Amino acid sequence: MAEELTKLLADLKEKEALDLTKKSLEEGKDPMEIMVAAREGMKIVGARFAEEVYFIPDLVFSGKILKGIAQLAEPFLKKDMENQGERVGKIVIGTVEGDIHDIGKDLVVFMLDISGYEVFDLGIDVPKQKFIDAIKETGCKVVGLSGFLTLAYDSMKETVDAIKEAGLRDQIKVMIGGGQIDEQIMDYTGADAYGQDAMEAVELANQWYGV
Amino acid sequence: MEKKWEEMSREERQEARFARWLAGEDLEFKSPEAKAKYERRITRVKDAIQLKKLPDRVPILPWATFMTPELGGANPKEAMYDIEKLNTAMMKFLNEFNPDYYGSAIIIVHGPALEKLDYKLYKWPGYNLPDKYVYQCIEAEYMKAEDYEHFIDDPTDFWLRSYLPRIIGALEPLKDLPRLYGTMELPSSWTLFFILGLPEVQEALKRLMEAGRLSHEWSEKIADFDKEAQEMGWVSFAGGFTKAPYDFFADTLRGTHEMMADLYRRPDLVLKAIERMTPLAFKMGLDGPEASGNPIVFMPLHKGADGWMSDEQFRTFYWPSLKKVIMDLIEEGCVPFLFAEGGYNSRLEYLNELPKGHCIWMFDQTDMAKAKKVVGDTTCIAGNVPISKIMTGTPDQIKGICRELIDTAGKGGGYIMAMGCAADEGKPDTVKAMIDFTKEYGVYK
Repeated sequence: MAEELTKLLADLKEKEALDLTKKSLEEGKDPMEIMVAAREGMKIVGARFAEEVYFIPDLVFSGKILKGIAQLAEPFLKKDMENQGERVGKIVIGTVEGDIHDIGKDLVVFMLDISGYEVFDLGIDVPKQKFIDAIKETGCKVVGLSGFLTLAYDSMKETVDAIKEAGLRDQIKVMIGGGQIDEQIMDYTGADAYGQDAMEAVELANQWYGV
Repeated sequence: MEKKWEEMSREERQEARFARWLAGEDLEFKSPEAKAKYERRITRVKDAIQLKKLPDRVPILPWATFMTPELGGANPKEAMYDIEKLNTAMMKFLNEFNPDYYGSAIIIVHGPALEKLDYKLYKWPGYNLPDKYVYQCIEAEYMKAEDYEHFIDDPTDFWLRSYLPRIIGALEPLKDLPRLYGTMELPSSWTLFFILGLPEVQEALKRLMEAGRLSHEWSEKIADFDKEAQEMGWVSFAGGFTKAPYDFFADTLRGTHEMMADLYRRPDLVLKAIERMTPLAFKMGLDGPEASGNPIVFMPLHKGADGWMSDEQFRTFYWPSLKKVIMDLIEEGCVPFLFAEGGYNSRLEYLNELPKGHCIWMFDQTDMAKAKKVVGDTTCIAGNVPISKIMTGTPDQIKGICRELIDTAGKGGGYIMAMGCAADEGKPDTVKAMIDFTKEYGVYK
């Protein structure tokens, strides 16, 4: 079952994957095993995306299939079991103040999640104080700032400055990304790095967490 | 004798539309110099588009949303709420920066009218965003999966009774309107008349009237401004607007995520809906040039860019309908002005399916040397000055970028100097550097 489910998810067969999940649960299969199999499938999706066999629609659709599987499995899962598996590290991420775009950010959250990170997604239009609170609460080592509009340049810069003022800058790495982000904006905002797509975000996180 | 429209080739129609634009029908030029400037600027872009004659120099288009008023001294809130400030700022920009072309402020839209309507599709400054921020679209599933049939069956009915009530709070009661077809006979007309009298529908219509009045007053002042600016010799760049049929759905009907899932879940319905939208997108694009006399139809492209779908998906869901809209506009003598946001490196070959000398393709982050090489003999290209450099760079850096663009993309004509986006903001020194340097270095000898 597990191998089959992994393959169905990797090949984006929604109906078949959900049917198999339902059947397996009814037959009393371990829901944890199902979730692990699904995660394996997501890893293959991620790999295919990295190889440019898959594109953004494939990524988005696989996320919807995973959600469907998780919803089916949820009633069978015992408490505290949902957050299965060891996590590589914690990452706080959000779209900076004034900007309400989330498509790019969601892709990064998604890729980090299937790459084994525990991601704290603060959402859109996130004030700088909220980033600082989240860094303190989670003890994360990596922060991701997202923004699509040019107004995000200043919001990113102000957020990085606020992290500095809060005395947290030395303990974290900041990555930025978005439609109009490049090396010059990285320098302007004082971030440590920028990424052009979701894969680069994972590479940066791996580098910083020593994966 | 003059040829009739039906007898003209697309090239002749394009010439006829350019002639109408050049004649400036209702314009009363401030001086012979202003008239000459206006004509020279239209001729310049015409030469760049047609790829027949070398233009006198590279045309300069600081294409923008809120950047123009902002650099003239009106922040986004003021631009949406204070017409005097907006027009004063627009004029200040034109006088100080003196570009060839500008984008009309008509696309900024009047804040109080949107408030009256309880407009929900966007957030905007002065209402639910701080004053300094530009308006932004709120993505959601405004068209549900089960609405495909309704849309395919009758797009206008879907628009009137489902879409508008969802994106405009004041028009929510319109969802209760009956289908309009009962009005083909007196006896069966009663349902419409009855429902129009419901208190909530009456209230909706009152608010619509008030929003219309506010918008109309505002728009007339923008139109006065555009007339005056053109009488002084500047050219308002676009005369019409439409989008790729796929993007209608992926942007503000189904939304990005749901549309992507639809490609797998209900591909046949997606194709049917796109097919239904295609002639409507063309007609919408044609309405502008017919009314304005300006043949350029702006078409921002979004969800077909590099990475946003596979080549197979592009070939199936995006390109055929977009190509049809472009070709139909070209046949009518219009000039589709396509803005390919993001990268279009993997799509360039498709552009060669279009006839030579009828379009402008403005690129954001596409490799311009490659674009020139692949499509330079087919279409005029534009853009690519990075907004990141405009916002945080130095004038010298911008000059270097423009020099490179003029040397590569501008070689032999067929290039318009522009940023890689419709700018929300700018920085005075770098924007000025882009314009002034191009005037000097972009002259063709």
